[in-house]
Amino acid sequence: MLRLRRDVYLRMIGDCFDGLPNEACGLIAGRGSDGHVAYPITNVAASSRIYELDPKQHLRADRDAEDRGLEIIGVYHSHTHTVGYPSPTDVQQAPDPGWHYILVSLADEAPTVRSYRIVDGNITEEPVVVAN
Amino acid sequence: MSTSVPVQVRIPTILRPDAGGQAVVEANGATLGELFADLVGRFPALKDKVITEDGQLHKFVNVYVNDDDVRYLDKLDTKVAETDTVSILPAVAGG
Repeated sequence: MLRLRRDVYLRMIGDCFDGLPNEACGLIAGRGSDGHVAYPITNVAASSRIYELDPKQHLRADRDAEDRGLEIIGVYHSHTHTVGYPSPTDVQQAPDPGWHYILVSLADEAPTVRSYRIVDGNITEEPVVVAN
Repeated sequence: MSTSVPVQVRIPTILRPDAGGQAVVEANGATLGELFADLVGRFPALKDKVITEDGQLHKFVNVYVNDDDVRYLDKLDTKVAETDTVSILPAVAGG
């Protein structure tokens, strides 16, 4: 299960809409399965099909999380026109088995948020809970 | 003239199991390449995770000296000193 604070959830979705027509991406910091902070990160691929986190912004987010006593626990990105399921490209990128991979689909009128663990190439969906 | 001083290297969570479970390790070397050679000598599981077989930085990681991405410095020839912090982070991308 992934628990996201309401402000984290809203910031993430807002960032995904702001990124249109391209995919948006960012990092979530927290503890274990609790997401406390969202860091929108520039998609340097600037593409509607792929994303690549800006490396310097990633470093800054990582340091900020550490300063708050948190860790990066996952990454989100948007799928602008397809369902929120990890693509082969997502799985090939040597994912961290400890991370939560969050997909925000903007394919329908209302955004849908799903989260996955990717361990040894195996994708498992997990529930997402939004908490105050 | 090559000097050897311990430099702090920050290890990302995904590579910590390969680095004795540590978040920060010390390594010796005057350049990034020497530093990683020293690290791999002590943590053989890190081999091929940071440096490819043909001796290049692996595309799945980003390496920084302080705030700078070493791909925009001298890559593995980037000089490091005792006061520097080297950070390794996963290169996060997908579709």
